[in-house]
Parts: sequence; C-alpha cells; structure tokens
Amino acid sequence: MAEAAWVREGEVALAQPEKLPVGPVGRHGLGFWGVATLIASEAALFSYLLFSYYYTGATAPQGWLLEPYPTFKLALPNTVILLCSSAAAWFGERGVLEQRRGRALIGFAAALVLGIVFVVIQFFEWRAKSYQIGTSSYSSLYFVTTGFHIAHVICGLGVLAAILLWTALDYFSPRRRLTVSAGVLYWHFVDGIWVFIFTTYYITPYLGFGK
Amino acid sequence: MSAVPLGYLDAAGPRAHSILPLTWFTLIVSILVCIVVGVILWIAVRRGTRVASVATVPVNRGSSGTHWLSVGLSITAVPLVVTIVWTMVALAATSGPPARPGLTLDVTGHQWWWEVRYDSNQPSEVFETANEIHIPVGVPVLVRLHGGDVIHSFWVPKLSGKTDTIPGQTNFSWMQARAPGRYWGQCAEYCGAQHAHMALEVVADAPADFDRWKARQLQPAPEPTSASEKRGQGLVEYRCGLCHEVRGTRAGAVSAPDLTHLMSRRTIAAGTLPNTPGTVLAWIQGAQQIKPRCLMPDQALSAPQLADVSAYLETLK
Amino acid sequence: MRAPDYRSPTIGIDSVELEARLLDLWETEPGLKGFFSTVDHKKIGIRYIVTAFIFLALGGIEALLMRLQLAGPNLSYFTPEQYDELFSTHGMTMIFLYAMPILSGFSNYFWPLLLGSRDMAFPRLNAFSYWVYLASGLFMYAGFLMGNGPNDGWFNYVPYASRDYNPGLNEDFYSLGMILLGISTTAGAANFIVTAFRTRAPGMSINRLPIMIWGTLTASSANLLVVPAVSLAFFLLWLDRQFGTHFFDPAGNGQPLLWQHLFWIFGHPWVYAIVLPAMGMVSHGLPVFCRRPLVGYSMVALATVATMILGFGVWVHHMFATGLPGLGLSFFSAASIAIVFPSALTIFAWLATIWLGRPVITTAFLFFSSMILLFVIGGVSGYMTASVPVDWQLTDTYFVVAHLHYVLIGINLFPVVGATYFWFPKMTGRMLDEKLGVWNFWTMFIGFNLAFLPMHLTGLWGMPRRVYTYSDGMGWDTLNLITSIGSLILAIGVLLFFINLLKSLKSGTPASENPWDAPTLEWAVPSPPPPYNFAVIPTVASRYPLWDGRLADEHLVSATDRGMLLAEGKETVGTSALDAHPDMILEMPEDSFAPLWLSIGLTVVFVGMLCKMWLIIGPGVAICVFGLLLWLWPRRELREREASHG
Repeated sequence: MAEAAWVREGEVALAQPEKLPVGPVGRHGLGFWGVATLIASEAALFSYLLFSYYYTGATAPQGWLLEPYPTFKLALPNTVILLCSSAAAWFGERGVLEQRRGRALIGFAAALVLGIVFVVIQFFEWRAKSYQIGTSSYSSLYFVTTGFHIAHVICGLGVLAAILLWTALDYFSPRRRLTVSAGVLYWHFVDGIWVFIFTTYYITPYLGFGK
Repeated sequence: MSAVPLGYLDAAGPRAHSILPLTWFTLIVSILVCIVVGVILWIAVRRGTRVASVATVPVNRGSSGTHWLSVGLSITAVPLVVTIVWTMVALAATSGPPARPGLTLDVTGHQWWWEVRYDSNQPSEVFETANEIHIPVGVPVLVRLHGGDVIHSFWVPKLSGKTDTIPGQTNFSWMQARAPGRYWGQCAEYCGAQHAHMALEVVADAPADFDRWKARQLQPAPEPTSASEKRGQGLVEYRCGLCHEVRGTRAGAVSAPDLTHLMSRRTIAAGTLPNTPGTVLAWIQGAQQIKPRCLMPDQALSAPQLADVSAYLETLK
Repeated sequence: MRAPDYRSPTIGIDSVELEARLLDLWETEPGLKGFFSTVDHKKIGIRYIVTAFIFLALGGIEALLMRLQLAGPNLSYFTPEQYDELFSTHGMTMIFLYAMPILSGFSNYFWPLLLGSRDMAFPRLNAFSYWVYLASGLFMYAGFLMGNGPNDGWFNYVPYASRDYNPGLNEDFYSLGMILLGISTTAGAANFIVTAFRTRAPGMSINRLPIMIWGTLTASSANLLVVPAVSLAFFLLWLDRQFGTHFFDPAGNGQPLLWQHLFWIFGHPWVYAIVLPAMGMVSHGLPVFCRRPLVGYSMVALATVATMILGFGVWVHHMFATGLPGLGLSFFSAASIAIVFPSALTIFAWLATIWLGRPVITTAFLFFSSMILLFVIGGVSGYMTASVPVDWQLTDTYFVVAHLHYVLIGINLFPVVGATYFWFPKMTGRMLDEKLGVWNFWTMFIGFNLAFLPMHLTGLWGMPRRVYTYSDGMGWDTLNLITSIGSLILAIGVLLFFINLLKSLKSGTPASENPWDAPTLEWAVPSPPPPYNFAVIPTVASRYPLWDGRLADEHLVSATDRGMLLAEGKETVGTSALDAHPDMILEMPEDSFAPLWLSIGLTVVFVGMLCKMWLIIGPGVAICVFGLLLWLWPRRELREREASHG
C-alpha cells in the first residue's frame, strides 16, 4: 500500500502517490469486500431462520420437538465431511498462493467432492425423517432451514467448480487470485454456518430446549 | 352517546382514565415543541433574502453553534426522561388485569363479529351472546381474548386501550365503568373486507339492571304461540340453524352470532345497523348488499316466509 | 507483453486531449445497445429517479381515489376489496417502490461525484440492482392490474394473509415481488458500503465525508442486515400458502406473531433507512443556502449512526397491543422514547445553521427548511405513540396515519423535491423555474398540512385505520372532508413539480458549473458531468473543498484543477478506509449485458415460482447461470487473472 505523498504547491494539497498497484493484489481488492458484504447479509438470513426456531420453540406447547433425541448417525459424520471440505478448500487456496497448481487442483477437487457427498448424505437424512415439511412448525422449520443451507452449499459447489476450472486454465497467480480467495471465503462461510444449524437442531434438544 | 363515540380524550372508567394525564402531558409537550420550533424557524428564515445569484452572498465560517446542540439536547432530555418514568408507572397501573375481577368474559374475534361468553364457576350461569356486552357499573371485568380466525383487536376507547385477539394464544384485557351508559367499540386490527363494520357496544348497567339482564339472557328462547311464530321457528331452525344458535330450539350451530336474545340488542350485524324489524329483515334478505363479503348469504325468502320469521324473531327478547 | 503491475500515476492538469481520451474510454455507446448495457452510475441514477417518480405518481393516484371514498360517510364508489387493494398497493408503492429507490437514485448519481471518484465500486452490480428493482415493481403491479394486488396492507399480517382467508394470488404476487425487490436492495447496499469505504478522493478522510454519505451509508449498512428478515418472512409466508408448511399457522403449532417479529425487525430499520439519506440531503444542501458550514457536523454524523443503531432495538413498538409481557414492552417503550434524542440533535443543528447563517431564499431552501417543522410534527406524534399505555389508544387509528405521513412526506418527499431543485442544474445543465417553484412549494406545503394536520384529531377521535367507509355520527365527517380537499391540493402541488421538471428540461435557463456557489466536489465538474466525472482526480483537504480559502481556515486548499490523470484505461483510484490514502488503481468494467441477463433470469425464476412451474423456473435458472458466468469470468483487463508464468 503506497503512502500518499503530500506536497505543498503554494497552499494546495496534492496527492502524488508512488507505485500504486494496478488492479487487485492477493486479497486486497474490492471484490473481497463485496463478498464480505454478501456473507454479512446471508449470515443475517440464517440468524433470522434460527431466531424463528427459538421463538417458535419457546412459545410452542409441549411436544413441539418431533425429535426429542435427534440421532447423530448421519448428521455428525456429515458435519465432519463438510468441515474437511473447508480444509481442502483452504489447502487449494494455499496452492494458488504458493504457485503450486497441482496442489491447488487437488484441494479444490477434494472440496468439491466432499461437498457433493455432504449434499447426498443430507438428502438421505431428509428421507430418513419420520415427518415431512407439512407436518408441523418444527418440521417446517427443520426442512426450510436445512433446505436454505443446502441451497447455499449447491451455490458454493458451483463456485468451487468454477474455481477448479479456472485454476485448471491457469488463470491465477499469487498476485491475481482474488476470485479464488473470495470464493473460498464464501465456502468457509457456508461450512461455518452449518455448525450453528447443527447445534440448534441436534444439540439444543439434549440441553432441554423445546420439549 | 358522545359526539365522538370512539374518542378517548374523555374516559368512562378507571383504566382509560388513568392514562389520560400522561396522554395530555405528551400531547401538550408535543404541541409546545411544534410551536417553539415553528417560531424559531420562522424568525430564522424571515431574515432570508432573495438574490439573483447565490454567489453574491459571501460565505462565512460563522460561530460553531455547538451551544445550540448542548442547550437543545439538555432541554429535550427533560420531557423525555419524565415520559419514560411516567410511562413505566402508568403501564404498571393500567395493564392489570385485576386480581379479583367481578366478572369474567371470554371474547372471541371472528370475521366480522364478536362472540361473547359470560363465564362463571357454576355451569348453569354460563351463557353466550354476541356484539353487545353488558357489564355492571363499578365492577372490574376481566376479558379473556381469543382468536377465532385472523387477528382482530378488542377496543372500547372510553373504557380501555386495545388488545389484539390472536389465534393460538389467550390475551387479557380488563375494563370497568364508572357510571351507567353505552360505550361504543370497534375492531382495531385490519381483518379483511368488513373490518370497517365490526363494531361492538358495551352497556354499563346499574347492578340491579345487570342482574335482570343476565337472568333474561340465561333463559332459553320462549315457545312460539301463534301459527306464524311456529312457522317462523321452523324456518329459523331449518335455515338459520345452519350457522346460528337459538337456545331451546333445534338451531344449534356456533359459527355465527347467538340469536337467543336478538331483540335485547340495540344494533345488529356488529353495530352496522340499528335493530328494528325493517333492518333485521333487510339484513336477512340482503346481507351481502349491506356488508359485502360477510359470511352471511342473502336468504331470498318469500314475503310470507319473511313475515313468519319476523314474527318469531320478535319473540326472542 | 504483460501490463505493468505497479504504476506511479501521472499528475497533471486538465486538457482537451485528456478529456477526449477519457471520453473515449468512458462513454456509453448510443442507442439501444448502450441503453441496456450501460454501467454509468449517472445514467442508472436517473433511471432510478424517473422510475421512482412514476411510482410516486401511481401511489398518489391510489391515495386520491381512497380520499374520494373517505370524503364523506357511507360512500361506496369502491367495493371493500377494491379499497383494500388500493390502500395496500398505495402503501407498498410509496414505501418500497418510491421512498427507497428515489434515495438510491440520488445517491447513485451523486456519490461518486461527492466522493471525487469516477464511478461506484461495482458498476455492473449497480446496473443489476436497477433492473431487478424495475422487474419487481412491474411484477407486483402486474398483480394489481390483474385484480390481484396486495390486499392485506403493506405489513401484511397473518393469518389474514394465509391461504385460508386469502385464497387468490394477491399475496403470492406481493410475497415473491418483495423477495425480488430485496435482492435489488441488498445489491445496492453492498455497493454503497464498499464505495464509501474504498473509492474516495485522496485526502477525503472519514471526518471530511460529505454529510450525505453518512446518511446513505448508515441506511445501507442497516439494509444489508435487515432485508433478509423480510425476505425470509415473505418466503415462509409463500411456503405456508402454497406448500402447506406451518410457520405461522397455529393449527400446526406455528406462531402468527413470528410474522410480526420478522417483519418489524426489518420494518423499523427500513423506515429509518428511507429518511436518513434524505436527512443527509438536507444537511448537505441547507448550509449552501445559509452560506456557512453545517453546525455540528461530527455530532450530526454520530447522531445518524446512533439513530440507526437504536433503530434496531425498537421494533416491538409496532406490536404493543399484541399481549406481550410488560417487561419487554417497557424496554421497547423506553428505547422508542430515547431514539428521539439523536433526531432532536439534527433538528437543532439545522436550526442553528439557518439562525447563525445568512439565508438565501430559493425553492430548494424553502423545501429544506420547511421540512424541519414537518419533521418535528412527525417526530412528536411518534414520541406520543412510543409510550405504551398511550399507544394502546393511539395505535391503529388515524393518529398513526397522520404520524407516518408527516415523517414520510416531511422527511423524505420534501427533501427529495428540495434536492431536485438543488441538483437539477447539475444533472441536466438547466435551472428549474424559480417562480413555478414557489407555487410548487406553497401548494405542496399548504395542501399537505391541510390534509394531514387535522388527521391527528381524526385519530384522537377514534377513527380506525384501513376502513373503506365510516358511519356518520362518529364526529369524523368534516375532518375527513378537509383531509380529502387537502390531499387534492397536495396532488396539484406534486403535479406542478412534475410540470416544472418537464418544462425546464426543454427550456430552463442554462446552468453554470456551480450556480449555487456550493462547496462540494460535484460542483467542480461541468453541468451535466461528462461520463468520467473528473478529468483529474481531486485531492481533498477539507469538508468543503470549493470553499477552501474563503472560510478563514488554517489548512491546505483542496486541488480540483490538478491531480492524478488515471487515463491509461477505464480507471479510478482506490483509497484506504479511514484516511483515504490512495492505495490502488482500480480497473473499472466496460458496459456489459450480464446484469441485464441475470435480472431477466431472476425474473423468469420468480414468475415460475408464482405459477409453480418447473418448466419456467428451469430456463430461468439457466439464464441466471449464464449471466453469472458472463459477469464473473475472470478478465485480463480487470486484472482478475494472469498466467502464473510469463
């Protein structure tokens, strides 16, 4: 980042910066800020979804929880898979940073595959539920919240696929890779949000909420 | 009746009355603030000039003006703090509901009428009516509010502020009248096409009058005497009974107002029409013209049928 | 050969050659191709303004029709359903399709000029947010024209909005249309935030930001966080209606009040978001006509932020009658009273600026100064409703209708009209007619107050909201007649405004670069500005660059005639967030059809959702994907990619 050189020309202030970078460098660029604002908005969206759960549960009659003891059989491994996918994406981004395209491609491909596995397992989890979306407010909230999350995951898979393709086409260098950083940041967000959803739907019942 | 039946700057009971000083305080503060700001603005703007070119009036840094901010905010803080404190006090005083109500009502809001059930420890003292509520003077009345279909709001301005009726939960309101009188009410939450015609009336009776009214309301409908009345009862059971109840007859549905003592009420159709033989018949024949989209269909009775129904309904005092 | 990664920007002065080169780099192609692909913030800003004014006119006509019906008791020109659609569509149009977009339009046009930049941070996103706004407005009005307009008021409570009680398509048009509009608002908010923090003129540190930036920036930050609440609420409503879910339906353990919480968590910040930028416009323009800087700039900026933050914590005051427990009611009541404080500060700052200045009367000044009184009247009626027990009588009566019109017309419409008189010369190169302007002002002022001042009494005398007619004998007849007459006069005033606009576009007096001798950077460029805004990037040394040297201040003078040329491509400067040190050269995107494609794709998706047909949704999604790829494919000229070796 170049410091502005202030010159007194008579009494006039004049910025005469030296050696400014042209275009985004690394993470430093407008696109990163843009994705950050998008993430802030989407994080707010999920907060409101979770608020809806807590508000409805707190004001609902007894027996609202259709699953007082939710099973971790599919959800826990799936959570681990998703977090691994985040790690793989991080690994891929490091590959771009260190100019090791092979590593980058492996990382992004692994993230993509793990993400797809997450989606598939999530569909199996949905099918295994004893209730449907229209059964009650609990089930409606469960399916819509996890549904919104899956929709974000699928968009994230599109982002990962695009990053994979563009990395394969040798578009990025340590300097010019804002697209990668912004996309991977989005993927981390999608994975991080899942931790909150998982805690809300799978852990708080054991802590006594909603019974 | 007051010239402004739904106005609330005059109160007819302690609950509404206890908010009046705070209401007047905030109103007077508001008016004063508007006048003061208006005067300052007027004086400041009056010094303005019209010029051909703005540039001819030189710019000037002027004084910083921060004393305006500090003085202004200090003065503003006073009524604000007073209002906050007073609000807490008034809220505690009015929100109630009373610990020992003399009467408990269950009011359910429907599109577009009010179902009223008088509760009691003794099942034989429980009865239902619609749209016109009688209460004894000087007795705190607990009103339990239930949502029948959509959100409505129970509001009798001269006795009490509004409380919504919300499906899925029971809300509480209370009221008490100081003197005998009739107090108009209105649904105060948009609830569909006929929200405009969902009024109610609270009648405060002297205790003896209230007991008399209640005793009458507990009676079932009288047996019809004349042939016309008998035919009328038959029609009412067969047609009206699809939705309405007339206790003591076979008309026993509960999706419309209870008609057992229809003629004891001053108005019909939730305050839309005065209760006269002519209006009742007009309502029966053509409810959709008077209150379009209400849930009562036009009946299209023949003239003899109308006469019989009218004769019978007249007995439901 | 690879373009250089670093550059010391050439410093120079304006010249004919420089301007010709910049014009070539920045100009939008004429004709339809340019029309649909432009990313020029000024063109987009004008589109927003024109579209918003059209919706203002539509909403106004809806209001006049309602006032016709309410002019006397028991009138029935309209059926209940027609009236219900009128009042709901009026609210939706004014609050969503006029009040925010008009401010977005002025902000879009003027932010880069105020900030000393050549465009917004995300020009294509800018174009996108306009197209989606237009699409959502057309979508919702398509419903209205088909007799399926919204009919449950603009805040749309359940259960009445649910399918059981509202089986037609009305609520589906409204729900889906609002989600679509939310996308536009979010995109716009993101754009404003990043622009404010990263693309300013060198030297424009945070405490030198034109005060209007604070208004829109605060509003955008709030919008970013609360629009998802209402989009979610409408989406859940649509699911309840069309797919049998039970979010709001008590029969399925749902919660009708959940709708109100989600809606008002959005709705209350929203109503601040539609006035704070307009207050910024007043803070921006009033000092010009008082020939002095704004009193208390820092305090006003802080008050703006404080209002918005407090605004997140008052939403329950719309729900005081719903039976919530007393402790919660007390908190929200206290917060709603406390929020008067920062607004009062701004009022005092404006009064002081006029009192301690040398006021020059122009039409713009009349609108900017009169709004102070209207703001106060609206503010005190809000203060009254903030007290819970008082609100139990006031809420859902015409008292609240009077309140909301004083705050919306007083703090949004009047500043907007004033801002139009102020900035029309800059945008078009012509002055608005001052004589017609005086007629415009007085007609609007008298008509508005005649219509809405008596309405406070109508409310105190108990007239409920949203009634399609009322009985005689309630004490409301004369008051309603006066209101209806006043509204007609107000409408004539607005008509005079539109006439002035159209007339002056054709034959207004030609305007110079700075007809008001105003201090901020937008007045340092020609009227209208060239596509590239600034031939040389200015350097800013104070809050009022063009008044430097005239205010007896001890600081450097801002440079507007010399600075970085940044003419090697379509370029502007990126600066640090707080101190505005230049820290990168930004390559700006060319005109593109991608925003339009994405908007079309989204619209098709939403039409498909309305019809519940995958056959429509599918192609819509495909168009969206196509548009996104076209937009986001890394481009060499934007420096988004390079080969990793050589």
